[in-house]
Amino acid sequence: MRVLEERERVRNVVGQRLPRVDGWAKVSGRAQYTDDLTLPGMLFGKLVRSTHAHARLVSVRLERALQVPGVVAAITGRDVPVRYSVFPVGQDETALAVDRVRYVGEPVAALAAVDPYTAEEAARLVEVEYEPLPARMDLEEALRNPEPRIHDYGPFGNVHRLASLEFGDVEAGFAEADHVREDLFFYGGNTHAPLEPHSALAWWDPGARKLTVWTSHQGPHYLHRGLAKALGLEEHQVRVVVPAVGGGFGGKLDIFHHEVCAAKLSMLTGRPVKITLTREEVFYAHRGRHPELLRIRTGVKRDGRITAMHVEAYLDGGAYCSFGPATLLYAGTQQPVTYRIPHYRFQGVRVFTNKPPCGPKRGHGTPQARCALEVHLDKLSEDLGLDPVELRLRNLTGPNELTVNWLEITSNGLRACIEKVVEASGWRQRRGRLPYGRGLGFACSAYLTGAGGSIYYSDMPHSEVHLRVDRSGGVTVYTMATEIGQGSATAVATIVAEVLGLQPQDISLVTSDTDLTPIDLGSYSSRVTLMVGNAAYEAACRARDLLFDAVAERLQVPRSRLVARSRRIFDEANPEVGASFAQAAQWAEARFGCLATSGSYRPPQKLGTYKGSGVGPSPAYTFSACVAEVQADPETGEVKVERVWVAHDIGRALNPVLVEGQVEGSVHMALGEALMEEQAFRKELHRGPSWLDYKVPTVYEMPEVITFLVETDEPRAPFSAKEVGQGPLLCVVPAILNAIADALKVRVDEVPATPEKVLKALEEQRKGRTGRVGPTKVPPFSFPPPERVPRPQSWEEAAQPA
Amino acid sequence: MERAVRLKVNGQEHRVLVPPHRTLLEVLREDLGLVGTKHGCELGECGVCTVLVDGEPALSCLVLAHEVEGHEVTTVEGLATDGQLHPVQQAFVESGALQCGYCTPAMVLVTKALLDRVPEPSGEQVREAVAGVFCRCTGYVKILEAVQAAARRLREARA
Repeated sequence: MRVLEERERVRNVVGQRLPRVDGWAKVSGRAQYTDDLTLPGMLFGKLVRSTHAHARLVSVRLERALQVPGVVAAITGRDVPVRYSVFPVGQDETALAVDRVRYVGEPVAALAAVDPYTAEEAARLVEVEYEPLPARMDLEEALRNPEPRIHDYGPFGNVHRLASLEFGDVEAGFAEADHVREDLFFYGGNTHAPLEPHSALAWWDPGARKLTVWTSHQGPHYLHRGLAKALGLEEHQVRVVVPAVGGGFGGKLDIFHHEVCAAKLSMLTGRPVKITLTREEVFYAHRGRHPELLRIRTGVKRDGRITAMHVEAYLDGGAYCSFGPATLLYAGTQQPVTYRIPHYRFQGVRVFTNKPPCGPKRGHGTPQARCALEVHLDKLSEDLGLDPVELRLRNLTGPNELTVNWLEITSNGLRACIEKVVEASGWRQRRGRLPYGRGLGFACSAYLTGAGGSIYYSDMPHSEVHLRVDRSGGVTVYTMATEIGQGSATAVATIVAEVLGLQPQDISLVTSDTDLTPIDLGSYSSRVTLMVGNAAYEAACRARDLLFDAVAERLQVPRSRLVARSRRIFDEANPEVGASFAQAAQWAEARFGCLATSGSYRPPQKLGTYKGSGVGPSPAYTFSACVAEVQADPETGEVKVERVWVAHDIGRALNPVLVEGQVEGSVHMALGEALMEEQAFRKELHRGPSWLDYKVPTVYEMPEVITFLVETDEPRAPFSAKEVGQGPLLCVVPAILNAIADALKVRVDEVPATPEKVLKALEEQRKGRTGRVGPTKVPPFSFPPPERVPRPQSWEEAAQPA
Repeated sequence: MERAVRLKVNGQEHRVLVPPHRTLLEVLREDLGLVGTKHGCELGECGVCTVLVDGEPALSCLVLAHEVEGHEVTTVEGLATDGQLHPVQQAFVESGALQCGYCTPAMVLVTKALLDRVPEPSGEQVREAVAGVFCRCTGYVKILEAVQAAARRLREARA
């Protein structure tokens, strides 16, 4: 494999603790975010939002708003009636509600005015008449009351999507078990809360008949397609440009109302229109973590080996599809990636409710089930009298194996991750021996390095990169890799610089512009480093080939002896024989003409052929392990996470500073999910769409974070570099919950584990009942019989008696 | 309704004609084109609009422009001089203390304010100084490191 050979030759910048390429622009305040942009004649747009969670929209009258001096245009759902969604199967949203509203905050009208004050004042004068319908605010309500349906599609009632799969023979697996345990867990919904509110600036050029939209977004390609559809334009008439993005975390991946409305208002007025959401509106835009109820049943042998597992997931999807079909399946895909599960059944249902739509948030669909599983395994280990770490070690997957649900694991550093955190935390000496109120908790996790399937079917590459070398020695890389803070620009620049013997800062990047940059599907599913990285690697190797050919010819040096390093191309055996990079570029341009190369990447074909097998496969998986140490106060219920040890199988860190930053940021977000963050509702209203009410951890809540990067050889990743943006979040949430249990000997089987819930569990314990808070039943629902999927051959062979 | 307001921002005098309710944040971003100052909520919750008024951190979304007449306002654009980053900014870049960058202008300003007052801050003083600004990306770990690195740089520069 060329990649592996290359790995041996890493000498330049891979693995160095270098500053990020966008550091100067961001620290100096020069980085331009969408709301920083203005265009001549620009208007300011404002959305009018529903005040009802569920209602028939009787009328929307714009007359009074249009009379306000300075208001230039106003629209309702009749002006933008085309349904769209990122998911081909879920075309259920319109830019403005047409005849029904399905959550408080859903846009019903939009207008554009000469300044933001006028727009806001006029928005209050839009007259909307509603005919209220009963609102379903949680899973149970939505399932118990099939009528009136929130949508007129889906299998029945308020069920949006169903999944029911069985790999192997779960009942036979349970029959082999010495012990079977079942647990329920509820994961509360939460939201991304990026610091930068969503913003879009749209400009329709009537002469060129071309729409340009600058927007704070993490998936310009899907938005490009969606805008064309929603506005009735050809795709070539739409250009999406992504300026600097102030955080995404999955919350800027959908096609958003304000983007379509700004575009439509610009088309009507011929003037640029900008719409920036308020902080309150960001909570309505949402697309965050699904509230999810889980039931897990696992059979084990006396020695802890798992014989069978059955996972049931009930997802509260909110009012629209968003990325729901994938979220649902993700609830079931990753359990067999960490543990060998010989017989596995997954059943899931996503339900519509009258709340802002849920969607992809960091870890997309997997954190809920991971958390439930890791808490469940802790309890199982207690049943068996085994150390929780030992139980995991007896079931670990290894490298180069197929999971029971047909996912292909290549590199796998989970065992090394576990060893690191167990040793560093003093787990074996300290766990169970700490004073009351102090505890240690452990958990493992796995995540994808990029989704193996694209959201709409195509056999084309998922990532493409163009690269240009000019005669001054300048290198420009054109990529749709969207920098949302995760470091994609630095990753791409590092890979190209490594191949060409330059520094990352030498590489000019043109990013995320659908007119200028070739396809990348977007900054989601932790796919960019591997997929764009491989495409960039290929483009850079092709450019280097041209440079080497030209230098070899000019200097009469065997081509195989040439290396690119320190901004030179030279004979490795005779380093003074060589040329500066710029000189080499000139010789190559003279020899070959314009120096432009391309690279592309397409993930390997999935191996499963069952319905739903498109979700879960990835070119490579990352693995993480965590020990959390907490101090929990039995008087106040307050939990302070003091220290977190996280080990992450990164493959190889392109830049350890950025990788550590992703781990530390994941700990922050996990901490919020575990202890305080919740997108909660009071009757039909969001409980507090502001940062005073929606609590995120501040610097005072952050624990000490001790990060270990475990390196493994991953032939499918550029220089072995796997993902880090999402994986490390997953194990931290359950490790905290398990630590609370160790500290107080009670179980909070629900996140966020607020002080109130901790106190309630302690009170239950004092009353002589099980010291536990959490769900005690599942909603009234029966899943269809599972589709029986044959296991991979390797599993059948393993099952044969020796 | 509008009145003339004289502002001194990053050492430069400006005269703007604004209604009395216009915030310093709006004037900086929309009238003076100093868009390095960000907005995250405009309710005084997140702190990313922080600027320095006479060297002390202030939430520009809660300050009216006319209130700072006669005071010195410093924004992130006022830190780097002659294309050279301020030592605090250098420390942030080198420590990897920024990701999306949206809180960064505020973070470097509160750091500068702290280190101007306390050249050798304790961990607790650093946490207190940055506590008013949210960061959603970094988990604050590298921000705390950057503040201490900046303190060292400034001490070395003075020594």
